[in-house]
Amino acid sequence: MTQKPYLHIPHPAARPGEAPDFSYLELSDAGAVDRPPSDERARNIEYLAHELVRVLDDEHQATGPWDPSLDKEILLKALRYMVLTRAYDDRMQRVQRQGKISFYMQSLGEEAVSIGQGLALEPGDMLFPSYRNQGLFILRGTELVDLMCQCLSNTGDMCKGRQMPVMYQDPARNIFTLSGNLATQYPQAVGWAMGSAIKGEKHIAVSWVGDGSTAEADFHYALTFAAVYQAPVILNVVNNQWAISTFQGFAGGERRPFAARGLGLGMPGIRVDGNDLLAIYAVTRWATERARNGHGPTLIEHVTYRGGAHSTSDDPVRYRPQDEWAAFPLGDPMDRLLQHLLELGHWSDEKQTALEEETKMVVDDAWKEAISFGTMTEPPFLDAQLMFEDVYKEIPDHLKKQRDEMLKLAGEKS
Amino acid sequence: MSQMNMIQAINSAHDIMMEKDPSVVVLGQDVGYFGGVFRCTDGLQEKYGEHRVIDAPIAEGGIIGTAIGMGINGLRPVAEIQFADYIYPGFDQIVSELSRLRYRSGGEFFSPVTIRTPCGGGIRGGQTHSQSPEGIFTHISGIITVMPSNPYDAKGLLISAIESDDPVVFFEPKRIYNGPFDGDPDKPGVSWSSHPMGEVPQDYYKVPLGKAAVVEEGDELTIICYGTIVHVAQAAAKLTGVRAEIIDVRTLFPLDIDTLTKSVEKTGRCLVAHEATRFCGYGAELVATVQQECFWHLEAPIERVTGWDTPYPHAFEWKYFPGQKRLAAGIRKVMEAG
Ligand SMILES: Cc1ncc(C[n+]2csc(CCOP(=O)(O)OP(=O)(O)O)c2C)c(N)n1
Ligand SMILES: [Mg+2]
Repeated sequence: MTQKPYLHIPHPAARPGEAPDFSYLELSDAGAVDRPPSDERARNIEYLAHELVRVLDDEHQATGPWDPSLDKEILLKALRYMVLTRAYDDRMQRVQRQGKISFYMQSLGEEAVSIGQGLALEPGDMLFPSYRNQGLFILRGTELVDLMCQCLSNTGDMCKGRQMPVMYQDPARNIFTLSGNLATQYPQAVGWAMGSAIKGEKHIAVSWVGDGSTAEADFHYALTFAAVYQAPVILNVVNNQWAISTFQGFAGGERRPFAARGLGLGMPGIRVDGNDLLAIYAVTRWATERARNGHGPTLIEHVTYRGGAHSTSDDPVRYRPQDEWAAFPLGDPMDRLLQHLLELGHWSDEKQTALEEETKMVVDDAWKEAISFGTMTEPPFLDAQLMFEDVYKEIPDHLKKQRDEMLKLAGEKS
Repeated sequence: MSQMNMIQAINSAHDIMMEKDPSVVVLGQDVGYFGGVFRCTDGLQEKYGEHRVIDAPIAEGGIIGTAIGMGINGLRPVAEIQFADYIYPGFDQIVSELSRLRYRSGGEFFSPVTIRTPCGGGIRGGQTHSQSPEGIFTHISGIITVMPSNPYDAKGLLISAIESDDPVVFFEPKRIYNGPFDGDPDKPGVSWSSHPMGEVPQDYYKVPLGKAAVVEEGDELTIICYGTIVHVAQAAAKLTGVRAEIIDVRTLFPLDIDTLTKSVEKTGRCLVAHEATRFCGYGAELVATVQQECFWHLEAPIERVTGWDTPYPHAFEWKYFPGQKRLAAGIRKVMEAG
């Protein structure tokens, strides 16, 4: 080597032992970003990808052109579902620690994304979620028991024991089966949306990936196809600042926001406060209007923070400051909505305490029911013959043979 | 000598090669500051700097493609793919590029990339953290495919892989990272410290590519296997009381045909076992090779014990995994035939 190395290596603002530092996050004031008509030409609204759409201000008031003016019922529904999602996560995290399930992933701190967007979509819109969108299932009405049974791989498991925990699906509620392979759902969502346009239907598709996953080629295929065919799709990047141990700079977030990824293709991007349920609702409505009226796709970046570990398999104290979440300038999405409701006089601390207690009981009851379908160690167990089904539509002969071999061996002493 | 588990042995191979050869660089998801999700690259970034141990974006095709470019430019990249199940976005770069650079350029270009990736089941990883895709890679001309079964071999083979000017895909059976596993999930885990192959020299040494190991001598039956199944086969042979010669292939390509044929000529019976699915699996190549080389010495049809031809299910891990019972049944079948 002739010179000193000069490769640029991205560095997070703070590592363990250092003070959290979010000065890199560019923030706009609540209410400060213009709201264009939803059919505006992409090149005229590039500012949306760089600024930050916010509705809730520091006094917990809704302000500015993006205020969706939601009525009390919707706001309370949003709060209830955020509380429920968090309580569900908390319970599942704990049962994983007790060894009842093999693995778990929380959405702590990111609940507003699923709940806010879920509320802004129509039931016929097809969802292609990532593994941190449990709120979408809960909001659309998937029973907690069903989600729990999936995590338990028990006799009530919707995936018949095939998938790891959190890899849910709900075909009846238009939610696609989750994949462990990052970003694969993105081009699939675009294809679904193209299908909708080919058939002349108004349903749109919506998909989510994390900041880290935007590096995958599938992310870029999706944007290209969506832009080329002006597909009725909303593509979301949930920028929770971290991808396991690597901060969002390793996915290219240091210089330009993820929301700007589609600009080169003529696809509008909106950067939104991912902890502000009202702002999320509003930008999603804007994008659904655009897509449904034939004006094409939108990329939405949600600026939020991964409040918990990546999964139950890692310990974030090894790579980021322990108190980083507390220092995150956009706060906690559930608390911000709660404060807004208190401010409006629609809610009280007593009611919140009662809601949290009631929710805990709902989750407890669901868990009791879920384990009655079996756990990893207690019967009833799923029939292992299921392993050979659904590889193909009909079980081919060689798999029938292998299934019989398995059954024969199971009957024998070793 | 010191005691090492497979993770420490792999880490040590990196360390020695990075110390010895400044052109060795490491890249992959979470490999730098964090030291890898399985900790195989722990401490290397601190020691060799951020320009040599590089955290990568989550793009396997990008990792392998850029590793190829670094290799063309005189570096010796070791790329980690976090799970073998996630290697497919990089598949085109391996099949169409890495494996054929030398051939298509008339020998003018090559890239000495080593791709390391954890494989195999037994950790409740379901269909996306349990796969054994080695047979897909052995089918490609132009790459070397390796899968060690213990810390000593892992270190020696990885050093050979990094030094090799031909590209290597290096599979690490993650179930045996921390200790040998005989296929019985109900037994408490054992560590490598009680295993002779957990004795690993601290210094540089090589285990040659293309050489199988006879891990157990015997005269009644030859069991050909690799990775985690080596340990399962040992336990299964004990269970049946058959004097089996157990061969750990170690390097899947190039295959050490001599060691296999010598053994089968002696025993006259052969069982091939792996965790991967059966149809067109690597075992099919082993069976064909033994059949061709040893036909006149065979006293019974060659038997195959493998994973079932389904994706790897989460709930039925131990019904899917070819454990002792299935291997023992296979052993009995070969012994009773003919
Ligand atoms: C193709 C592929 N490569 C690697 C992985 C391993 N992996 C699982 S999650 C993850 C980090 C993803 O981070 P991000 O996209 O930011 O989502 P977040 O977890 O923060 O929600 C990685 C590397 C994977 N699942 N699939
Ligand atoms: Mg992330």
